[in-house]
Formats: sequence, structure tokens, C-alpha cells
Amino acid sequence: MKTFRIGGVHPAENKFSAGKKIQQAEIPKMVAIPLAHYIGNPSEAIVKKGDMVKVGQMIGQANGFVSANVHASVSGKINKIDVQLDASGYKRPAVFIDVEGDDWIETIDKSNVIKRECNLSKEEIIKKIKDAGIVGLGGATFPAHVKLSLPPGKKAEVLIINAVECEPYLTCDHQLMLEHGEEILVGVSILMKALEVEKAIIGIENNKPDAISHLKKLATTFKGITIEPLKVQYPQGGEKQLIDAVVRRQVPSGRIPVEVGAVVFNVGTTFAVYEAVQKNKPMFERVMTVTGKDAPNPSNYRVRLGTYLAHVVEQAGGVPEGTGKIIGGGPMMGRSLMNLNIPMAKGSAGILYMRDEETIRKPVQNCIRCSKCVSVCPMGLEPYLLMAQSERNMWPEMEVDRVMDCIECGSCSYTCPSNRPLLDYIRYGKATVGGIIRNRNAK
Amino acid sequence: MNLVLISLITLGVIGSVAAVILFVVAKKFHVFENPRIDEVEQVLPAANCGGCGFPGCRNFAEACVKADEFGDLFCPVGGNETMKNVAELLGKVAVTQVPKVAVVRCNGTCEHRPRYNEYDGVKHCFIAHNLYSGETNCSWGCLGFGDCELSCEFDAIKVNPITRIPEVDEDKCTACGACVRACPKLLIELRKKGPKGRRVYVSCRNEDKGHITRKACEVGCIGCAKCQKVCPHDAITITNSLAFIDDEKCKLCRECVIVCPTDAIIDVNFPAPKKKKEEAEAVG
Repeated sequence: MKTFRIGGVHPAENKFSAGKKIQQAEIPKMVAIPLAHYIGNPSEAIVKKGDMVKVGQMIGQANGFVSANVHASVSGKINKIDVQLDASGYKRPAVFIDVEGDDWIETIDKSNVIKRECNLSKEEIIKKIKDAGIVGLGGATFPAHVKLSLPPGKKAEVLIINAVECEPYLTCDHQLMLEHGEEILVGVSILMKALEVEKAIIGIENNKPDAISHLKKLATTFKGITIEPLKVQYPQGGEKQLIDAVVRRQVPSGRIPVEVGAVVFNVGTTFAVYEAVQKNKPMFERVMTVTGKDAPNPSNYRVRLGTYLAHVVEQAGGVPEGTGKIIGGGPMMGRSLMNLNIPMAKGSAGILYMRDEETIRKPVQNCIRCSKCVSVCPMGLEPYLLMAQSERNMWPEMEVDRVMDCIECGSCSYTCPSNRPLLDYIRYGKATVGGIIRNRNAK
Repeated sequence: MNLVLISLITLGVIGSVAAVILFVVAKKFHVFENPRIDEVEQVLPAANCGGCGFPGCRNFAEACVKADEFGDLFCPVGGNETMKNVAELLGKVAVTQVPKVAVVRCNGTCEHRPRYNEYDGVKHCFIAHNLYSGETNCSWGCLGFGDCELSCEFDAIKVNPITRIPEVDEDKCTACGACVRACPKLLIELRKKGPKGRRVYVSCRNEDKGHITRKACEVGCIGCAKCQKVCPHDAITITNSLAFIDDEKCKLCRECVIVCPTDAIIDVNFPAPKKKKEEAEAVG
């Protein structure tokens, strides 16, 4: 069975919410839709206080090339446009809407009929995806239309769909594949058309045998789509790791995947593409997992964008006793949340309760040069060295040692027997070196 | 006997050959260095703090000797006196600068700014700053992990363990600027020390709108512009709901301190604190 060739760890899977049907979360009384994205410029609000909006109406316009449109996820009155603490840990602009009813704009096709034919041209598809404000749901929320507009002279050969869901605990993509398998495959063929590729490969880790067999059965009716079962290994969902696992090509340092002829999309994004192109539905809701070892009811919810996490947690039965931290996202790459008064954004894949005793940081000891971090690093870096350089502010040396290649997967910190905060220091170094490089390029 | 003689002669010959080589090489590859660089270096404080913008005192001395006029060259640690000595040595005109001191523009102590969450990661400001906005609701204020304290070569800035806000020891502070560069929240500023150490400054960096600042911190600047209106010297500017006092224009009249509704403007080293207007009226 295939997997990526360098490094990797295998944390306990703990997929408690697997097989739980996706439930529609209740619409809250008020939402705060974030205008900022994880990556790129924040969108510009095009509504003002007091305006009435319908579900699916555009409220934020993309600002710059790497940015995406934002749409209202509820119908009602704009309360205010203000800053709101979000999952990034900072206060950023958001649109607050008081909910009144659930009135969708007319163009959205609300029926459940699966539309397989798509006669649109490449440009029309990309335009529809851009208008719908679709971003990658794998975590980085990179705008999909930017990824589809390949740099001139570059040609994609294969489309890879990331359905590995390598993060422990999370099951939203798994459940989406079981319930909306056919829609996803239609989405894949739309993306294939937009990229003008003949071949698409869906990579799924083999801890989801039901999803593999379900999609394999469906894929026989679609041209050019194959399913590739992969060995369970973290971080297989990383773009470069997945390309290595599926087509055995390594993306050179500092380059983008299309240089080796591959383009990667998350399976959630594919479903959103289907909805946008075939049903005219912009991205205003996503599936998220609420889980944890003590969670009263681990489950998958379809949540409207901008819903406060507290509202979702309440529906899932509240925060269990003895919870030390609540993580937004998976346990490996997620961030611990400051409070639950944070709106859910396009990139929020889950809410995870961690027990008190699991979250305590153990005392940091000296590096014993065991090189475990080196052997698990999926990018082939030397985390112990990068941490030492970061502590001493040795930025030019860090750049030479390719800190910018770090994907922040956290495998090094996970595996360190001395409990050293490797990733914390590397992330700081990466941010600083990135700033230095940007300044240099701007000159 | 023979053995001793042989070894003495051999060593002697090797020694003399080496001496000749060293002499020739020293003459041939001699680098001329202006002797005044050494003299200037003697006068400098030898702190090697980098406050002048050069990596060390010797590099600064070199730059001083090379320069026609001092211009921006200034040793903040030695101050005007050292620069006068350097100027005398080199026969140039001394540049005087007003002595400066580092001020921490945050007064969000535990009392003024409640903490809502607990950070258990690496106790460094730069790492915490990279992760999130901090333990309080103010995303601009001091994180209190003491990167400034670590950066200070003169032991002049210390985080008060009770308030968790750094405090500057004016006598020790040399205004080298190391802490200014260390603070990820850009809270520390070099300001004029002022006559008798008296100065007035806005002890806040919060650029959020007034109501958000007010909820997060009792003593934050809410950008009400009262100080700007009352200032007779046009020293105060307001940008993004944050007041800033220009120390070039400020005449230390302290009108702004009296009108500030949140006590965000701080006056230090003044004899008796002026009473707030309401209090003064109530008394009189």
C-alpha cells in the first residue's frame, strides 16, 4: 500500500464520530461572519449597517488576487460591521447579522436532485467558483479559483483529491464521502474540466474502508477517476506528502505542486465546487466534527458560517467535565481556542475537547540528539537544529536550512522524548524569515 | 653534552628563520590602521550594546574617525559627554542630543486588565505573539513574559511579577533601544527624558475602537480626543482611536492628564499629582 516516503507519525486515530450522520445545526439568532481569511487579504464589506440580506447574498468582496468573496449564511438585518476575535487568536473584521427567518436567494437550487451534466466552459466554471467564494477546506483556506488559474506555461497532468483526513478525531470528510459520494465525483469531473486534465486520483487512507468501497463503486460510471487507498500515516493530507504518496513525485523546495504536474484539492472543496457550479450555491456552510474522548455526543454537523462555536457545542451536549482545552480543528494542527465566543470560519473543521491531563505541557528537558524529530519530519528538515537557530535568532542560517519548507505539521513536537517545544520555535522562525524574504523581494 | 648542544643549535636556527619570516611578513602585509580609532574606542563606554546602530564600540569608533561630520552618529549610552570627548579627540564639532529613556506604553496590569485565559506555551513574548493576541481581551497590550528584560544589557528593565508589566529603571536605562526591538507588540518607545526626568506620555497602544478598548482594559486610550482639544501646543495627534503625544512639541503643561477619562495619559516625576477637575471642583 502506498504512502509518502519521508518521515511521518501515526497518532492514535480516535475517530469517535465516524459513521454519525451529518446533522443540520440549528440556525443561531445572530452570526458574525469573518471577512478575514487565514491566507491573503481580508475581503471588503459591501453591505452596511441596517441592510437586509438573504442567504447566499454576497456581503464581502474579494480584495486582491489571493482573496475570496464572502456570502451571508443567514437572512436578516446587518447589525454592525466590527472586529471579532476569531480562531486566529486576533480580532479581525466581521459582519454581524441578526437572523430573521431563512430566506434564500432565488438562484440557489435547493432540491436534492443530483445534476451530473455540466456544459460550461473552463472559464465559466472558474468564474462561478470565484463568485461563490470557494476556498480550500483542507485548512489553509487558499482560494480555489487562484489554484485553478495555473501560471502561464504550466500544465497540470493529474488532479489529486485529498480525502485522507489524516488528522485524528476528525470525521467530517469521511461522512461527506459516504453521504454525498456522487456529488463529490461530479465535483471532481468539473474540476478536471477546469484544469483540462484527463486523470483524477482520490487518495483515501485505508482506515475508511466503507468510503473507499462506496466511491470505488460510484467511480465506475465516471471517466478518468480512480480511487487510491493509502496507508494510514500523518501528515498524509499535506499537499506535498499526498503528491508523493499518490504519484511518487516530489515537489522541489519553494515550488508549487503544478511544477510536477499535480493539483491537489480537498474533498470538502470538491463538494463545495459541485454545489457552486451545479446548484449556484455559494460557500456559506460546511461540515464540522464535534468530538473528544469525553464528548457526550461526538457528531458531525453542517454549520452555517459565522455561527458562534458555543452554539454548536450547546447542540452537541455541552462541554464535558474535566476538559482542559478546546481545540479548533484536529489535535495535531488545530489551535487551542481562547473561548467559545468565536465564530466558525471556512477553515473550521472541528471542535475537539481535550482532557485536562492530556493538555498539560510536560517539563522541557535538554535535547539528547536522538534524531527522532529528524526521522519523522515529512519535509526532511532538522527540527532540533531549526529550534536552536530560532532561539538564537540566526535567521540567515535558518533560511539556508530551508525553514520555509516547514508545513507546521507538528510531528517533531509530537515525537520528541524531551518534550521540547520544537514547533513553537520553528513557527516563530518561519514567520520572521518569511518577513525578511518578503522585504527583500519588495525592494 | 653533545645532545644538548645539537638541540640548542637546531632550535636556535629554527627560531631565527621563523623570526626573519615573521619580520618580512609583518612588513609586507602590514595593515595601516588609524591610531585614532584606538583612542576613540578608549573613550567609548565599551558596552557593545549596538544602540548606535553598529555591531560594537570599535565599529562605531571607526565610523566616527571616517566621517567628516558626526550627523547621525551618536552613542546613546555615553551620551553628550562621551560625544564631546570623541569630538575633542578628532577635532570635530560635537553633536548634542537630548537624553532619552525607554517608556513602556502599556499600563494593563492584572488589576486594570483581567485575564480570561491561560497561556501554557513557551514563555516568550515573541512565541505567544505569533500564536495569539494574549491572555486578556486587549490584543495590543503587554504579554508580560519579559523579552525586554532578556534583551536589556544594563539590567534596566524588569517585569514586575505582581503587575506583570515591565518597569524601566531610569538611572540604568541608556536608551540603547534593545528592548524596543525585542518587544513584538511595539510597546516600548524612546522618549525625551525631559527636564528633571519629567515627561508626559500616552501609556497605551490599543488601536481598536473605543468601546472595544474600554471592555478590555480600564486604562486604555479610547480615542475620545479630549486631550487633543485641550492641548495648547498641538502636540497630540489621534490616529486609529489612539492618542500620541509628540515629545518635541509637548511643554509638559499636563492639561491632557487632567482631562483624560481613562487615565491613559501618564505623567512621571512631577512633584504633586494634579487633581482631576471634578475632584478639584468638589474640594474647592
